[in-house]
Amino acid sequence: MTQHASPPRDNTDKVPSVGQPPSWRGLLARADVRTLSLLGVLAALVLTGGITKPDEFLDTRNLQLVLTQASVIGVVTVGMTFVITSGGIDLSVGAIVALASVWATTVATQDYGFAGVLFTAVIVGVGCGLVNGLLIAYGGMVPFIATLAMLASARGLALQITDGKTQIVTIPGILDLGERDAYVLGIPPLVMVFAVVTIIGWLILNRTTFGRRTVAVGGNAEAARLAGIDVRRQRLYLYLLSGLCCGIAAFLLIILSGSGQNTNGNLYELDAIAAAIIGGTLLSGGRGTITGSVLGVLIFTTITNIFALNNLQSDVQQIAKGAIIVAAVLVQRRTASVS
Amino acid sequence: MAPEPPLLSMSGITKSFPGVRALDGVDLDVQAGEVHCLLGQNGAGKSTLIKVLAGAHQPDTGTIRWRGDAVTLRSPIAAMRLGIATIYQELDLVEHLSVAENVHLGHEPTAAGFVVRGKAAKASTAALLKRLGHPEIDPGRLVGELSAAQQQIVSMARALSHDVRLIVMDEPSAALDPDEVDNLFRIVGDLTADGVAVVYISHRLEEIRRIGDRVTVLKDGRAVAGGLPAKSTPTRDVVALMTGRNVEYVFPERPVSAPEAAPVLEVQGLARDGEFEPLDLVLRPGEIVGLAGLVGSGRSEILETIYGARKPSAGQVRVDGRALRPGSVRAAVRAGLGLAPEERKAQALLMLESVTRNVSVSSMSRFSRGGWIDRGAELGAARAATRELSLRPDNPAVPIRTLSGGNQQKAVLARWLLRGCRVLLLDEPTRGVDVGARAELYAVIRRLADEGLAVLLVSSEVPEVLGLADRVLVLREGRVVHTAPARELDEHRVLDLVMEGSPTS
Repeated sequence: MTQHASPPRDNTDKVPSVGQPPSWRGLLARADVRTLSLLGVLAALVLTGGITKPDEFLDTRNLQLVLTQASVIGVVTVGMTFVITSGGIDLSVGAIVALASVWATTVATQDYGFAGVLFTAVIVGVGCGLVNGLLIAYGGMVPFIATLAMLASARGLALQITDGKTQIVTIPGILDLGERDAYVLGIPPLVMVFAVVTIIGWLILNRTTFGRRTVAVGGNAEAARLAGIDVRRQRLYLYLLSGLCCGIAAFLLIILSGSGQNTNGNLYELDAIAAAIIGGTLLSGGRGTITGSVLGVLIFTTITNIFALNNLQSDVQQIAKGAIIVAAVLVQRRTASVS
Repeated sequence: MAPEPPLLSMSGITKSFPGVRALDGVDLDVQAGEVHCLLGQNGAGKSTLIKVLAGAHQPDTGTIRWRGDAVTLRSPIAAMRLGIATIYQELDLVEHLSVAENVHLGHEPTAAGFVVRGKAAKASTAALLKRLGHPEIDPGRLVGELSAAQQQIVSMARALSHDVRLIVMDEPSAALDPDEVDNLFRIVGDLTADGVAVVYISHRLEEIRRIGDRVTVLKDGRAVAGGLPAKSTPTRDVVALMTGRNVEYVFPERPVSAPEAAPVLEVQGLARDGEFEPLDLVLRPGEIVGLAGLVGSGRSEILETIYGARKPSAGQVRVDGRALRPGSVRAAVRAGLGLAPEERKAQALLMLESVTRNVSVSSMSRFSRGGWIDRGAELGAARAATRELSLRPDNPAVPIRTLSGGNQQKAVLARWLLRGCRVLLLDEPTRGVDVGARAELYAVIRRLADEGLAVLLVSSEVPEVLGLADRVLVLREGRVVHTAPARELDEHRVLDLVMEGSPTS
């Protein structure tokens, strides 16, 4: 996930490495501690589910459902992780998902078939991201305000398009992707999309100049600027990326629900931010982890599922989520001060 | 006269920060009704001393007596209760509050626990402003709308709103026009006539002569002279006290002959309104040119404008004869400029990252194809660059924050070395670097120049500029007042120039 700084051959160096307390092994170990603790939480949750509802929770269909639900918010969270890593925030993701999903499912759009719906969802997402990015990077607006404005306008536009009605998808090619027949080796197509987005996101963040610039801008924007990085262009790209992820997520949601609604993606912004934060991405920027974010999403989705299976109402779920966020941040602060 | 104890008496004050002994047994006596000037070079300990006096820092050892009684200044509020007010150089006003609200901040007139927005506060503020000679400032206006000079008046009004016996002024004239300085001096005169003591910090000797009664000179955290008569002590003596040093630096040998290659950097008429006047400068490969001047003389502003981080109001910068796009860091970096900024942590380093990533950040395209980073090549190049500068520890995978100041600076240099930069702009390269590590850094800088880099060096430590540079430009208030080969200058002469603008003898 984060800094596997060097391949082993570079560390079997003949030069005596004198006094290097936090060696790369230490770093690796620390990075792993963070991931391992998240995996531990997830394992504990699975165990809880398995004990309280052994038949229902561990049922293949239920696990497929959990992963499918995680996919939509997961794709959004990957984009959000980039934005937060750069020191920004995107409050408009849920609204963009809603707008993209209804724009892509109007009768007019559906006339263009599968490709028309997919294309529209992605373009609407990227378009909203472009507006966010321009306002923030070149208009000098604070990300919180710019994306809050986008949240309000995109939701309003989504309502205007649908007039509050659910838009049913009639294209068989799209609906089929949600059916069991489309599963490959028991894996739903949505989950595969999530996996692909995750892997690409991880590679971009950890292996490319784009990822490095993102981290540099978030860690110290002034230093990045004086080092010759085009900070504004980087910021623009990041909100574009977040918008793109929203567009993809909207398409997944269309497959999942067979419809487009203006209420889609409600509070996704909070779920995505929460998942990124408990995953270990710093809200102040400069450190981001895709692995952590995905684990965060899985943890939240699993909790929701276990609570639902145990007939606990959503109010209890919300309280539990809040407690987890607080606990995660407190734990992080301790590890941060130790390091 | 009866042997009355001094208003304030500090003795044996020491204060250490990690790696630095900022104050090393300082004594300071201040009498009621006098203007006591504090003089010293940057880093001599003036700021630390006044922060101790303001209750913002706790001294490690030493005693503070107030009217003869030993006191502990546990917090700024404790100091304020005694009657000690401090006006800092960076004004600490809240821009979105009104003048009256700022003046009464922290001791708002209250009724039953509620802040009274009211006439009383405005009236008392208006009275204070009148006393300060600025009745035109409306107490109801927002502080953010005022000029710098007016804000300073507000700051002073705030100090006077307490029952103040001692006012510390940290370079109060730095942001003022000459007629505003006159008003400031009149205020200081009124205050002292009322028996208030003023501790006055300034770099400008002529001001100290005008209003000062006594002078205490600080150097390397010690008071090297206390209570000298401000008006009659010869400038020579004051300068000698400020400069005579305990630490001798070792500077590398200069090349025998001056470089004759074609200039790599040409600065023509470069200026920024209100910061520095049109500047001409030519830099050849292999040459180190130093800019000497005090804080506020425009040194850092010049470097940052050459680098494109600030947009010039006139003039241009040429590299190899080609003009750079003004105000573009990227253009400067592409043309081969590199900056090691003054505030290393805030402006240069990615503190959460490894040395490797800090070094490679400006040349990522060299290790990447289609945006894909070859991390083996990156690490190898970072290792080569940091080894070339003998950066310790010899492991670029460690986090940069674990490095000492000197090694962090080397990492910044390595960044530009790796980029293949041809002109290095160094702003206070040894700030926060241990004395012992400085000589090594000097050697590194000289070697880079010998290998063909052109170096423009800014430092407030005059010996550093004189010892390292080939040629020196002396700056005073945004203007070059003297240019000479470093061998032809000495520290006294440079200090005369930066403080008085003309040589005194």
